[in-house]
Amino acid sequence: MLVIALDTSTPAVTAGLVALRDGGPRALAERAVLNPRAHGELLVPLLREAAAEAGHRLADADAIVVGAGPGPFTGLRVGMATAAALGQALDVPVHPVCGLDAVALRVPAGESLLVAADARRKEVYWAAYDAERNRVDGPHVDRAADVPTEGVHQVAGEMAGELGLEPVEPRFPDAAGLVAAARTSLDAAPHPLVPVYLRRPDAAEPAARKSVLVRGER
Amino acid sequence: MTADRVVLGIESSCDETGAGLVRLGADGSVQLLADAVASSVDQHARYGGVVPEIASRAHLEAMAPTVQRALDESGLRLSDVDAVAVTAGPGLAGALLVGVSAAKGYAAALGVPLYGVNHLAGHIAVDTLQHGALPERSLALLVSGGHTQLLLVDDVAGRITEVGSTIDDAAGEAYDKVARILDLPYPGGPPIDAQAALGDPEAIDFPRGLTGPRDAAYDFSFSGLKTAVARWVETEQQAGREISVPDVCASFQEAVADVLTRKAVRAAQDHDVRTLVISGGVAANARLAALARERCAAAGILLRVPKPRLCTDNGAMIAALGAHVLASGTEPSPLDMATDPGLPVTSVSVTDGAATRTP
Ligand SMILES: [Zn+2]
Repeated sequence: MLVIALDTSTPAVTAGLVALRDGGPRALAERAVLNPRAHGELLVPLLREAAAEAGHRLADADAIVVGAGPGPFTGLRVGMATAAALGQALDVPVHPVCGLDAVALRVPAGESLLVAADARRKEVYWAAYDAERNRVDGPHVDRAADVPTEGVHQVAGEMAGELGLEPVEPRFPDAAGLVAAARTSLDAAPHPLVPVYLRRPDAAEPAARKSVLVRGER
Repeated sequence: MTADRVVLGIESSCDETGAGLVRLGADGSVQLLADAVASSVDQHARYGGVVPEIASRAHLEAMAPTVQRALDESGLRLSDVDAVAVTAGPGLAGALLVGVSAAKGYAAALGVPLYGVNHLAGHIAVDTLQHGALPERSLALLVSGGHTQLLLVDDVAGRITEVGSTIDDAAGEAYDKVARILDLPYPGGPPIDAQAALGDPEAIDFPRGLTGPRDAAYDFSFSGLKTAVARWVETEQQAGREISVPDVCASFQEAVADVLTRKAVRAAQDHDVRTLVISGGVAANARLAALARERCAAAGILLRVPKPRLCTDNGAMIAALGAHVLASGTEPSPLDMATDPGLPVTSVSVTDGAATRTP
């Protein structure tokens, strides 16, 4: 099975082609560029580069896996909108995965783990994993100081240095991790392609005005 | 001779998610095949204006289903599409990015060219779907919640110059603000138009912005008008007088329509142009259309106003413009093309990408 993997939920723009066989996901080619302001410019060119290096056309893909967040909204939507369009045009399923899971699944099993990513506004997106990398809590968005760390030894992800635990690699989701995060769902119908924002949009309702006006009837 | 080509147009610059399909004939004619629009306007109503993040979320949710609706409407499949056009700007940054990301996905997957095009030029190009090719030279008046501009159109696919624009609020913005003063719903255009039909346009003499002899002949200003309406309402209230909302609406609308049409006709005459196109959401306004018809007839100017459905933001306008750009032989946009929230109307299509842009 050949899978396109995309993620724009962090400052890293990631695109890759992944072969999925019995031995688990293996990245055939992958591109990742750290640039939080150019997700929209970089993603599709990086995907085409990766496909060319892997010796495949996009149409060879059997499925698409995309990081659905949590992540800063504007960048996150680039990957999701691109993945949805690719899936529709290639007529293949698009599987959304939690970007934190993709990071967790690249940390060797054995100890409990936290994954923390930058949520800006002095907060982190985080989730907790058991020794087998099952997600046991999250994803949530909180101040780093408020993330429960008791009994946890390791922390991965972009904000690994902020939680006072032993930081481990990787910092960002990669193609193999994204596909690994979808491993249990790839054979089933995909989940709805819904982004994980964890925050409401900033918007304030204007105060109501008192009316003393006469309106025409219609 | 080239065969017919199908262009998919994608629009997401404000609060409408649009997907349109047009057929570009070998003779350069364009024909509307499908026009699907999803709007998030109801989600913005309680805030009294478009909330960018709410609009962006709605675009992501609506994009693929809206494209599917356009395909179903036309009986075509994505594999029938020969080019993808998308609004690259101007518009809300986050909203534009959703449409452009989707468009790049479609273009890359289908292996067809991508054309990042100008939203304002799309408002003009859409008229060719209804009234055929534009003459060699025409003037366009774009009026909506986001824009108020007079544009000289030598070639809708390549040469458009701005003759005048608003120096403060867009005309549609003034409608929204006046509607709020009068406790009418958002968006303000339809309810003000409805109330105005019942009122006296000469009841109150509201100011005509920038119409003095020394003012810029083709520029607009609506912020003073909005303030004048607010002040008038407040004064009447303080004096304990009952306010006739229909009269306020009719008088306000008259002031807007008067300035817009007066300046448009004058610009057409000064530039020796015999065709005026009025487009954008406010073009659906009854009084504006009537006054424009009257004044254009008197000045011997041919007036073209697309039907309301085409005047508001939609994907068909982007597909139509994309088709004209494609027909003109202009280079496609690179897949590393950026969105540009402030894209000037002189850039009808985007031909440079991040890789070729000088830092
Ligand atoms: Zn518009």
